[in-house]
Amino acid sequence: MADVLRRLLRSPQGAIGLTLVVLVLAVAILGPSLAPYEPSAMSVLRRYRPPSAEYWLGTDQLGRDILSRILAGARATVLLALLATVIGSLCGAMIGTASAFLGGRVDEAVMRTVDAIMAMPSLLLSLLIVSVLGRGSENAVLAIAIAFTPGMARITRSVALAVRRQDYVNAAIARGEGAFYIVAREMLPNVVAPIVVEMSIRVAFAVMLFATLSFLGLGAQPPASEWGLMVSEARRFMHLAPGMIVWPCAAIAIVSIGFNLLGDGLRDALNPRT
Amino acid sequence: MSGRYLLRRCGLFLYTLLVVSLIVFGITQVLPADAATMLMGEAATPDQLAALRLRLGLDAPVWLQYARWLGAVVTGDFGISMRTGQRVLPVLLDSLSRSLLLAVLSIGVMLVVAVPLGILAAVRRGGVADTALGLFSYLGVSLPEFVTATLAILFFADYLGWLPATGYVPLAEDPWRAVQHLVLPVATVSLILVAHVSRMVRSEVVDALHTDYVRAARLKGMPERIVLRRHALRNALLPTITIVALDVGYVLGGIIVVEEIFAIPGIGRQIIVAVQNRDLPMIQAGALVMATTYSVMNFLADLTYAALDKRIQYG
Repeated sequence: MADVLRRLLRSPQGAIGLTLVVLVLAVAILGPSLAPYEPSAMSVLRRYRPPSAEYWLGTDQLGRDILSRILAGARATVLLALLATVIGSLCGAMIGTASAFLGGRVDEAVMRTVDAIMAMPSLLLSLLIVSVLGRGSENAVLAIAIAFTPGMARITRSVALAVRRQDYVNAAIARGEGAFYIVAREMLPNVVAPIVVEMSIRVAFAVMLFATLSFLGLGAQPPASEWGLMVSEARRFMHLAPGMIVWPCAAIAIVSIGFNLLGDGLRDALNPRT
Repeated sequence: MSGRYLLRRCGLFLYTLLVVSLIVFGITQVLPADAATMLMGEAATPDQLAALRLRLGLDAPVWLQYARWLGAVVTGDFGISMRTGQRVLPVLLDSLSRSLLLAVLSIGVMLVVAVPLGILAAVRRGGVADTALGLFSYLGVSLPEFVTATLAILFFADYLGWLPATGYVPLAEDPWRAVQHLVLPVATVSLILVAHVSRMVRSEVVDALHTDYVRAARLKGMPERIVLRRHALRNALLPTITIVALDVGYVLGGIIVVEEIFAIPGIGRQIIVAVQNRDLPMIQAGALVMATTYSVMNFLADLTYAALDKRIQYG
């Protein structure tokens, strides 16, 4: 573990990515207490303020402090995206590992079905699910998790196939262990590393997808300070205060770049050969 | 390319469409406890609900509902929009033509920009161009379309005033204004693609430059330009076909958002409006048409790949 961390910090991607992600997670956890003002406190007297010493990023159409809203929004955006990725990855990992373990016709059928589901773009599948479940953050999280499941299943399966051929799995089969035991205890732990890499990159994608759903009015609902929603609201006041749009956009970009860099850094750190 | 491969690939294509239709039907018609209540709202009277259920065939068993629906869809009958009362398919196909224009232009721009960029970065590996492309592609894949589009409108339309912010003009009506209206949407959709594909091309070319046949060509004294063109690129660019085909999924997803932001009356915007209004037949048809478009693209890409790749015999 310490070895992986050292290798991770040695590459510029890994070092920058890890720093950004740690920073973002700290903000997501501490967010509201770091905020200089109450994120939902409105004031008619201080609307559309440009950035100043008092309001670092200015104020919005209701006089709310933009910095406070962005800090508070980290929780809504990042933690929920993380949750969606974890749920989707776990489901996908179980399907993928099971498919690789069972092999043969079952594997073939599962994988062709996964390929078929992936003919629907993630955004389209999420839209379809949200259209039925109704708008809202929880439903958006569920939709993203479902949309991620086939992709993760496919990746886990290819990793698991390699693990399946290892001697310790054959040993477990020879010992007469049950299928569930072999999948859960022998195979899953060994497919974790590549899944973590993929998850890290997927979190970036989940943040983007979640913000997109909120931007379209189908994810987080006002007065939440979710970043995609903030961009969508700020669009109406583009002429009055262009700065309002830029900050949540920058926040999304920073989080997404952080997780992408971390994912690439982790891949190199966990796989020293390449 | 053998006949068996072609047959197998056709089978996969049909299976994909079948699964997609099951998903679309399953999510939209079976998942909601009562589609009739969902459509009419809580205020509907029991009589109205019963009438709607009968009209939608919701009283039949699920498999029969699916069979009826699929039968209608196969013959091109996607039903009538709950919102406008118009037939769904003609409206969608009309919108699809505008979306395809956007998609084809975006993929075209992407190929013209991304492939040379990727080759340049690979040839000058570790140089300034390579580093710059690396940074650019991280930024590109990290910006969702709605962010790029909003920032582009803010800067090019609002601040500089060079281009119109939103709207759509048919090419036939006024070509110059049509192009002006297409610049920002196409740039938005292709940005994320350029970021992704240029990196893929780079790594393929880097791999190809390290193969034995390239070394052999260099050792026999062949000029670097010809080594690159005749040996490295030919093999490196083949996988790009597959990457581009898979990215069509991104393109279609991106188009949904971009059409909404730039107010382009394409299929993506139809789907968003349908989702916001819970217009089930339109959502179903939109999702099916989009997934079919993607499957067709992938199908064609696989056939192209198989036809071009002389090394592998597809059995």
